[in-house]
Amino acid sequence: MNKTKTSEQPDTSLNFFNDWKYAPAPESKDHIQLKKQYGLFINGEFVPPTSKKYFDTINPATEEKLAEIAEADEKDVDLAVNAAAKAYNNVWKKMPGKERAKYIYRIARMIQERAREFAVIETMDGGKPIRESRDIDVPLAANHFFYYAGWADKLNYAFPNRNPQPLGVAGQIIPWNFPLLMAAWKIAPALATGNCVVLKPAETTSLTALKLAEIIAESGLPNGVVNIVTGFGKTGAAIVNHPKVNKVAFTGSTDVGKIIQKAIAGTSKRVTLELGGKAANIVFDDAPIDQAVEGIVNGIFFNQGHVCCAGSRLLVQEGVADIVIRKLKDRMETLIVGDPLDKNTDIGAINSKEQLLKIQEYIKIGINEGAELHQSSCSLPNKGFFCKPTLFLNTSQSHRLVQEEIFGPVLAVQTFRTVEEAIEKANNIPYGLSAGIWTDKGSKIFNLTTKMRAGVVWANTYNKFDPTSPFGGYKESGFGREGGLHGLLPYLSL
Amino acid sequence: MSRIEVLKTYKIYIGGQFPRTESGRYYSLTNKKNEPIANVSLSSRKDFRNAVVAARSAFGGWSSRAAFNRGQILYRVAEMMEGRKDQFVKELILQGSTKKSAEAEVTMAIDRLVYYSGWCDKYMQVFGTVNPVASSHFNFSVPEPTGVVAIIAPEESSLLGLISVVAPCIAGGNTCVVLSSNSKPLCSVTFAEVLATSDVPGGVVNIITGISSELYTHFSNHMDVNAVIYCRENSEEKKIIAQNSSLNVKRTFFWTKDWLKSESENPYLMLDLQEIKTTWHPIENIGIAGAKY
Amino acid sequence: MMTTIDIPNFRMSPVVDQVGVEERVARFTTRSIKKSSKLQALKLALNMIDLTTLEGKDTSGKVKQMCYKAAHMCDQLQDIPTVAAVCVYPNHVRTAKTALTGTGIKVASVATAFPSGNTTREVKLSDVRFAVDEGADEIDMVISRGEFLEGNYSFVFDEISSIKEVCGSSRLKVILETGELSTLDNIRRASDIAIYAGADFIKTSTGKIQPAATMPVTLVMLQAIKDYYYKTGKIVGMKPAGGISSSKLAIHYLVMVHETLGDKWLTNEWFRFGASSLANDILMQIAKEKYGTYQGKDYFSND
Repeated sequence: MNKTKTSEQPDTSLNFFNDWKYAPAPESKDHIQLKKQYGLFINGEFVPPTSKKYFDTINPATEEKLAEIAEADEKDVDLAVNAAAKAYNNVWKKMPGKERAKYIYRIARMIQERAREFAVIETMDGGKPIRESRDIDVPLAANHFFYYAGWADKLNYAFPNRNPQPLGVAGQIIPWNFPLLMAAWKIAPALATGNCVVLKPAETTSLTALKLAEIIAESGLPNGVVNIVTGFGKTGAAIVNHPKVNKVAFTGSTDVGKIIQKAIAGTSKRVTLELGGKAANIVFDDAPIDQAVEGIVNGIFFNQGHVCCAGSRLLVQEGVADIVIRKLKDRMETLIVGDPLDKNTDIGAINSKEQLLKIQEYIKIGINEGAELHQSSCSLPNKGFFCKPTLFLNTSQSHRLVQEEIFGPVLAVQTFRTVEEAIEKANNIPYGLSAGIWTDKGSKIFNLTTKMRAGVVWANTYNKFDPTSPFGGYKESGFGREGGLHGLLPYLSL
Repeated sequence: MSRIEVLKTYKIYIGGQFPRTESGRYYSLTNKKNEPIANVSLSSRKDFRNAVVAARSAFGGWSSRAAFNRGQILYRVAEMMEGRKDQFVKELILQGSTKKSAEAEVTMAIDRLVYYSGWCDKYMQVFGTVNPVASSHFNFSVPEPTGVVAIIAPEESSLLGLISVVAPCIAGGNTCVVLSSNSKPLCSVTFAEVLATSDVPGGVVNIITGISSELYTHFSNHMDVNAVIYCRENSEEKKIIAQNSSLNVKRTFFWTKDWLKSESENPYLMLDLQEIKTTWHPIENIGIAGAKY
Repeated sequence: MMTTIDIPNFRMSPVVDQVGVEERVARFTTRSIKKSSKLQALKLALNMIDLTTLEGKDTSGKVKQMCYKAAHMCDQLQDIPTVAAVCVYPNHVRTAKTALTGTGIKVASVATAFPSGNTTREVKLSDVRFAVDEGADEIDMVISRGEFLEGNYSFVFDEISSIKEVCGSSRLKVILETGELSTLDNIRRASDIAIYAGADFIKTSTGKIQPAATMPVTLVMLQAIKDYYYKTGKIVGMKPAGGISSSKLAIHYLVMVHETLGDKWLTNEWFRFGASSLANDILMQIAKEKYGTYQGKDYFSND
């Protein structure tokens, strides 16, 4: 059937936010409690660093100082590790799992009770939109404690024919992209399995870990079971190299992960590494296109793209490339970039000036490599560290944009023709953390999910997390799993 | 006149073929009385490199084979070893074992293969999970093989140790390159001959003979090797292997066990060489409210 | 310049993932619309309402009362727009038309053996013809869901296009009755059929079947409209009907239209709410914004 009509070349443009703008809807900061200065949380109390050195933590959206954070040196780390070792030997490893569980449940509940305060501080300190810290980070963190609490007295059921035992002191180093959530991912399974903890948050985002320390103190958890020391890379190195640390758990860049792996060589320390990624998000021509576009947006613009499992490479089948890109561009126009505390903000501030410069450098690289740049037409705030949602079209595997982890809201778009080509391109990278697959055909989904050399594969969805769901990488994205039953294993000797 | 015995040439095993080492080097193996037993290939880093290429190209096929089929193939290896039992016993005795200990080692090695053969289609059920996520998604985690594994096999337990390490590796769908015992290499070559005649695809197991001190750095710094297992005691080698592994975030394991013990066979060794993959898919939510089912 | 519009194979209509749609909708509902943007939205929503009475007991008295309300939503508040239209059965079109003379408010009439649509083509066409002759500005027809579920897509298509012909200059709204179509894939397909067959609007529901309008269903229909617009540059309107009774929900719908199709659809020319009780809830909210106090139902007339 054909209909014939006469018309000029049709206007198919869409416009957004001209006629109806959303008034600012900032989340209130009134109820949050922040101290001017935070010490180190060692052996159940906040203590000043032996060096007396502090550094500022700022709000990346306003560049205003929020608080002063203690910088722990080797002496402080030694105190913390010794406190942990003492708590392990004297209290924690002797405590029945049932009792351990109740402390962890308490922590979960206390996070839920103070959820709003955590969300606001997380957003102020890290720059992520309040919608995400409120709806994702904080509830997931509480749920993570809740999930692992229940494992504490059931470990014998997790690993058949084994009598699992804790390792001792776990030294844990976490990144700045999900500060509270990563602390939960690290602390909850360590406590459930009977280990004690020395945790170092990232230097730009220490506040929620320190607020968590307050909760831990209030919860009555025996002194020294969890210690939180703040500082820079040197502090982390002191934890990794401390002889009484039995297990190192690190989430962060692949470069630092390799340094840690090398540093512990020749010791009996166990290690898990959750490192970088450059995930392919593959859209086939039979995909639910509108949901795929949402998945692409969620894949790369969630948390400003500061996500190790971000879908930073879009592989789109040639037959639908035009429509997918068209829809993606229009969708990007509706992303609200700005004040992270505004409840309507979709994309908040880049975590630090340093990271913004790195992202901007990659955008330059992309332009110099001849890829076609497209950015949302949004305007950016005058103050703070912000980056427009960015696409690079017409990229190939050989572009640095496609090979290297940018950790920002920058998507490299490639096209492909066949299933084989999609698999080949997706796997042709040293990383292997995650992948996305969009197709309506079940058997194709299972072919692709099986062939991806990646630890988490999202089919017809993206960037979903759950305490019961193991997370971690293949290849240079690290080893060991966090979450789920498998997340217990790195903290146990079987 | 008595018959002149035909002597065996011990070659290395790469990609299903039995080449001599590309280096042309060899070392002489002698018995306790210092009498020559055999000339054994002194493999070079290039032999290792070729073996990694063979292992990598075999990985896709081996890892995607039906688990049941892998189990059958491992069982077939056990069958073939059973048939060659005497030869293995003889070689172990030649290399210094008593008859009794040689027989014990060979039978245990065969039984160990049978043990892991049975795990091929079961470990996924033991180590896989369906995860009850809170959102409307189906979510499951399954173990998948890590990839190409470089193994420096035990020095003393030259047959049982070798099989105790290789079996959990390949039962889980990995492919491997193995450096066999330097002082007792004979059984490893005969084992290679067993493999070659027992349906194991070429490249799944590659066995080279030689000296750890010449090869361990290459085993640990090759960028296309996903995991390395070291089964010896040299702490300096251990340390360098662990350091080199960081180049491409290799999974590194030091398996030093009494391989004669029954607890030295268990599926947790297989789990060391598995990656856990978690898959998510939405569950459509239609027809629940009010629907009777 | 001549262009042709290819009629797609409706069996190949784009597929929809229901969970993904729900997630997208959840994002719209977390938008926080405050202050001036809220007031603007409330007035816009009010102006998009098709005030409706579709009951067996409808009388000309009832219709006249409703028409007066349509033109005088709340005379105590200033700057209050009228609703977009009133929606009645064909035999009440003339009454409504007369009552609304000079107000600019349109008269819409359901037709085609509303709400089931189970009758002959002849009867449906004459139903439409009658309503148009009585002066209906807009015709709200129902599709043949039975034929659709049997897979007779060309029957459904032909029926819509033949009714469109009879409509003349009256605008045609095509009711899919999504509550009877079961899946979002079906809703997408039915939307495509209606759009390509000539619908000026697509509409979710008759209001007689549960579930009526929902945000996920509406989003799928908006995406069908968007795809057609991308292809042709032609705007098709959207009317969710039934079940939208609170201002808050209406604003969520506006956010959804706004962020899916953009500014061009934020007018009652291209977006309508099929609702009756929504109007007074909006008025109460507008009064709340104006006076700063929460309002009570007895202070707003109910016709």
